[in-house]
Amino acid sequence: MAALIHQILSGLAMGSIYACVALAVVMIYQATHLVNFAQGEMAMFSTYIAWALINAGVPYWGAFFLTIIFSFVLGMAIERLIIRQFDGAPVLTVVIVFIGLLVIINSLAGFLFSYTIKSFDSPFPETMSFGRGYISPHELGSIGVVLVVLALVYAFFRFTPLGLAMRAAAQNPVSARLVGIRVHRMLAIGWGLAAAIGAVAGMMAAPIVYLDPNMMLGILLYGFAAALLGGIDNPWGAALGGFIVGVLENVAGAYLVGEEIKLTVALAIIIGVLVAKPSGLFSRAIVTRV
Amino acid sequence: MAALLETRGLKAFYGSTQVLYGVDLAVAEGGVTALLGANGAGKTTLLRALCAMARREGTVLLDGKPFNPRQAEDAARCGVAHVPDGRGTFLGLTVEQNLRLGAYLRKDRDGVAKDLDRAFSYFPRLEERRQQQAGTLSGGEQQMLAISRALMLRPRLLLLDEPSFGLAPLVVKGIFDILRAINRDEGVSMLMVEQNASLALALADHAYLIETGRVVIGGAAAALRADESIRRVYLGY
Ligand SMILES: Nc1ncnc2c1ncn2[C@@H]1O[C@H](COP(=O)(O)OP(=O)(O)OP(=O)(O)O)[C@@H](O)[C@H]1O
Ligand SMILES: [Mg+2]
Repeated sequence: MAALIHQILSGLAMGSIYACVALAVVMIYQATHLVNFAQGEMAMFSTYIAWALINAGVPYWGAFFLTIIFSFVLGMAIERLIIRQFDGAPVLTVVIVFIGLLVIINSLAGFLFSYTIKSFDSPFPETMSFGRGYISPHELGSIGVVLVVLALVYAFFRFTPLGLAMRAAAQNPVSARLVGIRVHRMLAIGWGLAAAIGAVAGMMAAPIVYLDPNMMLGILLYGFAAALLGGIDNPWGAALGGFIVGVLENVAGAYLVGEEIKLTVALAIIIGVLVAKPSGLFSRAIVTRV
Repeated sequence: MAALLETRGLKAFYGSTQVLYGVDLAVAEGGVTALLGANGAGKTTLLRALCAMARREGTVLLDGKPFNPRQAEDAARCGVAHVPDGRGTFLGLTVEQNLRLGAYLRKDRDGVAKDLDRAFSYFPRLEERRQQQAGTLSGGEQQMLAISRALMLRPRLLLLDEPSFGLAPLVVKGIFDILRAINRDEGVSMLMVEQNASLALALADHAYLIETGRVVIGGAAAALRADESIRRVYLGY
């Protein structure tokens, strides 16, 4: 029993990382109907920035927040300088651009920081007085950090005029323009936010999976799976999907099939769900009555 | 009356297809101008061209000054609110959020709160459905919402694209009564595209009839209404 609880809790910890990635992917999907394949690599690059800052002597949490700001600016810059050029281009073209971005960021990180695997310290203590055997301090800390991020993002979209304007711009760009919303600016801010959320995922994942230019590949796959499972049109469903995928993956790995093919099992379960409910578990198609 | 909006030789294009071929029209300060014409005449395109939603050539003056918004969001910044073809409400957001978005450019919170109440006093149905998703409203309610949202800008000029479209006669009458009240009590000028010529001519002071991108008849609404042959040939009532 204790072992099962442990598997579930550490599944939730990995799941919180998938939740961030899924949220970032869905935010951009909602605004553009495009899936950003480079989301994971952007997060990986951000994590290297955090690593460099920490190595330069910046205290962990200082580096954490500086990295988030850097990522926000980087995300906005990528939208402004690259993605914007392909406004209205065929979907396939944009997919190629995203894949190109993925490869470029990956090799840039390899070039700047080398492909050797680096360790990345956790900001949380090595041991704690409770929960021994059930959950590690880093796992508990990651879940906490991610929950705070999710709550902040939720509050931003729910309660601020800017958040409302971003939702309006994503839903109906033409009408948004007519009320005076600068739709392009909203899109850039959305990219910035997604990159910042991804950076949190990278920094929380790095102590677990170690830091190397390919660290986010598997995580991005799980993040996509989470987004599809939860519903690509519902950011909160997608985040919840992240937690579910994390737990499924861990429990399947421990009890059903072993570590080697746990990814297969987790994905098979997800495909099963999608066959039964193609729009995802928590999809919320707009109720229309026309 | 001085003209609030004036177009001279207005041409409009979608890509290389020309839709308007030099339209001259005016909306008086505090007035209502109706734009009539058959399907495909270019009425919607004219409203779009004003708001930088279609490429245009020619001169457009707002208050005597050139009105050349580079993007649609600039039109709202000049005090021009547009109730587009198909209403354009934010279906996934609540009625109240839709209305607040209409006031996106305004900074006077108290004024916005007051105007929200004013919108609800014009359309009590919207108040009952304040927290409901706009997508769940009926067509008539959505039209009320679209008009109210445009008014939340406190515009000088309201562009209306077929406010009667798809609505029951009684609902249409209600909406036109309110448009008349808004025009009379608040002095909001309007340029209204309508298929329902008799209703539009009853509200408007000036009217233009366009055919394949050109004005064929323009003048005082009363004169168009009074002219039996125009009514029979062009307006069909
Ligand atoms: N986005 C577009 N791209 C290309 N052509 C268009 C576009 N929208 C409209 N047109 C063309 O422009 C012409 C005028 O269309 P418009 O929508 O302005 O007509 P309308 O007078 O509003 O008609 P209706 O009464 O049916 O609404 C039509 O021939 C139409 O096919
Ligand atoms: Mg039209």
